[in-house]
Amino acid sequence: MAAIGGTMTGQTLITLALLVPAIGAFLIWATSRNPNVRETTTLVTASVLFAIVLAILDRVIDGQELATGAFPVVPGVEIRFEVEPLGMLFACVASGLWIVNSVYSIGYMRGNKEPRQTPFYVCFAIALASTMGVAFAANLFTLFLFYEALTLSTYPLVAHKGDDAARAGGRTYLLVLLGTSTVLLLPAIIATAFIAGTLDFVPGGIFTGKADKLTLMFVLVLFMFGIGKAALMPFHKWLPAAMVAPTPVSALLHAVAVVKAGVFTVSKVIIYVFGLNLLSETGAGEWLVFVAAFSLVMASVIALTKDNLKARLAYSTVSQLAYVVLGASFANAMGLIGSGMHIAMHAAGKITLFFCAGAIYVATKKTEVSDMAGIGRVMPVTMFAFLIGSLSIIGLPPLGGTWSKWFIAAGAVDSGHLFVIGVLIVSSLLNIAYLMPVVVRGYLHPPSDLAAGARARVKEAPYPCVLACSVTALLCVVLFFQAGAIEELLKGAVSQAGPLLAGGVP
Amino acid sequence: MISEHLPALQVVIPLLGAVLCACFKRGVAAWFVACVASVAVLIVSVGLLAQVYDGGTISYALGGWRPPFGIEYRIDIFNAYVLVLVSVIGAVIMPYAKRSVEQEIPADRQAWFYSIYLLCLCGLLGIAITGDAFNAFVFMEISSLATYALIAMGRDRRALLAAYQYLIMGTIGATFYVIGVGLLYSMTGTLNLVDMANRLAGIEESRAVLAALAFLTVGISLKLALFPLHVWLPNAYAYAPSMATAFLSATATKVAVYLLLRYFFTVFGVSVVYADLPISWIFLVLSLAAMFGASVVAVFQNNIKRMLAYSSVGQIGYITLGIGIANETGLTGGIVHLFNHAVTKATLFMAVGAIFFRIGSVRIEDLGGVGKQMPWTAGAFVIAGFSLLGIPGTVGFITKWYLGLGAAEDGWWWLVILIVLSSMLSVVYIGRFVEVMWFRDVVPAARRAKEPPLSMLLPTLLLTGATIFFGFDTRLTEGVAELAAQWLLSGAR
Repeated sequence: MAAIGGTMTGQTLITLALLVPAIGAFLIWATSRNPNVRETTTLVTASVLFAIVLAILDRVIDGQELATGAFPVVPGVEIRFEVEPLGMLFACVASGLWIVNSVYSIGYMRGNKEPRQTPFYVCFAIALASTMGVAFAANLFTLFLFYEALTLSTYPLVAHKGDDAARAGGRTYLLVLLGTSTVLLLPAIIATAFIAGTLDFVPGGIFTGKADKLTLMFVLVLFMFGIGKAALMPFHKWLPAAMVAPTPVSALLHAVAVVKAGVFTVSKVIIYVFGLNLLSETGAGEWLVFVAAFSLVMASVIALTKDNLKARLAYSTVSQLAYVVLGASFANAMGLIGSGMHIAMHAAGKITLFFCAGAIYVATKKTEVSDMAGIGRVMPVTMFAFLIGSLSIIGLPPLGGTWSKWFIAAGAVDSGHLFVIGVLIVSSLLNIAYLMPVVVRGYLHPPSDLAAGARARVKEAPYPCVLACSVTALLCVVLFFQAGAIEELLKGAVSQAGPLLAGGVP
Repeated sequence: MISEHLPALQVVIPLLGAVLCACFKRGVAAWFVACVASVAVLIVSVGLLAQVYDGGTISYALGGWRPPFGIEYRIDIFNAYVLVLVSVIGAVIMPYAKRSVEQEIPADRQAWFYSIYLLCLCGLLGIAITGDAFNAFVFMEISSLATYALIAMGRDRRALLAAYQYLIMGTIGATFYVIGVGLLYSMTGTLNLVDMANRLAGIEESRAVLAALAFLTVGISLKLALFPLHVWLPNAYAYAPSMATAFLSATATKVAVYLLLRYFFTVFGVSVVYADLPISWIFLVLSLAAMFGASVVAVFQNNIKRMLAYSSVGQIGYITLGIGIANETGLTGGIVHLFNHAVTKATLFMAVGAIFFRIGSVRIEDLGGVGKQMPWTAGAFVIAGFSLLGIPGTVGFITKWYLGLGAAEDGWWWLVILIVLSSMLSVVYIGRFVEVMWFRDVVPAARRAKEPPLSMLLPTLLLTGATIFFGFDTRLTEGVAELAAQWLLSGAR
């Protein structure tokens, strides 16, 4: 991949990463007359974007610093991009999974004969462009700009169906996300500009010596609840509401791009705005541990009560996002590595689960868990992928989810929050309790709509759907063995952010 | 040299144009005259801004009579900015006007319409350019009378009532203004604003001067539709012809705000207005009442023009909030919002006018699925809507940023929260219509609608582009607003 970006400067590569999906959106619109050309455009755009992101990754691993020049908007507020390890990881995850998701989308949208497919693909590409902007933002304003663009570009996808339920879901989605970002996040950014005099992301933070503990705590509250995309309770309602969207949207955007943009912003703010040392010295972030732990357990409990598979997965996502926030709230190296890693691990696991849920819907139109008895005999591949994804979310080896949970637990020990270990154990048990019944019912119970004694006939979803969920399930396994590489990458972020604290990296 | 006489031309061109328009029988000829006049006015105002930017304040003695005895036209960075604002909107709206007016105004009155429109433009520019208190009153009356007539030309019969309502309220406002000017004249013996400011030194505390300040504030506040003196505005905007609504919403109230700031900062001075009187608090409270009260009412409107009109009252609250915050950052926010809101609201009203052109209704139940039939027009509405919500990357964000930062500088964190909370109300009232336009099935009324003619669509898209462009490149808008705020706060000499 190095060959692609061989002669390009960092500025060109970053600009391309933003422009390619945007141009892709335009081309998709322009080719709307011929669905085959249109879908090819999506796939080509996604592949080119991933290649560009990999070229950037190549440079980062080489130790180069990639940044663009600044475009001033008003004094003190500018648009600027810079690549740092956390954003690099986020960009890789989002752009890589976009390819798989596009394949899946083709199967799902055609299999379901969904209306208005062109706006669907256009908004998807714009959402990915916004995601790249979030990932590479070098200051709070740039991040905020693309954060809002991501909200607005995904709203049409949520309201896609255009019936009453979709409109109501879209309304909740927009009001909660815009509400939190306008009422809490924007004041937090204004406060940062006022107190620190800058909006830049600086390793070690920009608040040191400029504010007392109470102020810091207040600003942190505004940030943490203002970043509504991180779905910290009580601002999580938009995520279940977003499940009215077609499943590819739930899979890539509401299990990967949008929600990860939220927790990614949380980590960015903690590392580069507050700084780990400042937070651990003042203890201004202490409360966040408890809020995140509560959100983590509570969402899992709610997930147990949901019979609709996508709603169950949505609450599971709320819970898993709280892991990322929890890891970041320890403000130490282990916690942050775990939290960054969980962005990738959960992405692979959860997108698999959503792919499977969508595949089941396309093939059988079933949405409720209680109707899915025997589905494993009808759709064996899909159900096996579901099993793999579930195990990764639960955190069992040899699957990716194991490592991130391990690091987060180590972070809890380092920061002295031993009760968190208990929370993690309870949570894993809850994960088993709400995910495993789907698998057990699918494999062991006989299909309810089958005459006694008859054998179920295999009837999988369209092959792009099956292909997509197999690929991501495989990815869960690969990530277990490649976790070291992610750790190496993320070490860059935390060592920049301050010295490694007690415990270090084993 | 013609460039010396630009200040006079600024007012004379639209005045002559108005007379010329009235001579024609056919609307097209009058439209052409109005077009030429509007573009000429724009060139003049940009020339003036350039002159002021390079060479400082221009003083122009009208008719050669030396100030303070004759009427002085005085152009500084602040009113040069207002002149450009008014004339830009005037010029952009002209191509749009042709088809819209042809449809909404009876053929025998179209020439009159353009004539009155040019008079209104002349009056607004006159208020902004003059340095004479009574001359400002004359121009205020020219623009107001023209406005009453413009509103009354609306197709809906309720337009007559709206015009009458505005006539009564506007006359009260003008009377208050003239009483204020009379009191000042009796105390200082001059009508020239600069001269007046000099002669007020030492007698600011007198009852008569404070009474003059009170009369002027109330009188002008009526014109700028400060809550609760806004009651004339919603009906006037809702029933006026589309083109008139777009033009007035973008310019008329802005010029009134300019006049208020002119008196507050350059005639009475910061110390009198802010230190001795609770003006700051009065404006803060009334602005907040507008931002919340009017926005809540906007949420319940089913007529999209009325909704936007109430939204205007709320948005004017943001401008006057900047006056209430009264530090450099806050005032910059208020002044930059003059431009930002003008562009945003003009776009919204033009998009709505285009929808009316095709559908013949502005009620929410007739707008279902318009987005599918007229994607460009409805798209312009959405983007300008973003600006109203203050989404980053649009002009609305720039305003919110400065107002928020200004409030923070004063330590008023509660105000920061209130500012952002109020913008959530605009999410609701804009979101309601966006949802209906894009995510409902096409209703029968909209079934045969298609994009408006290019002469209407292109100006709308141009202003839509401006709401985005000036959200990123703010050197012109924010730069000038900041200079103006600095200049006003430093005593404006």
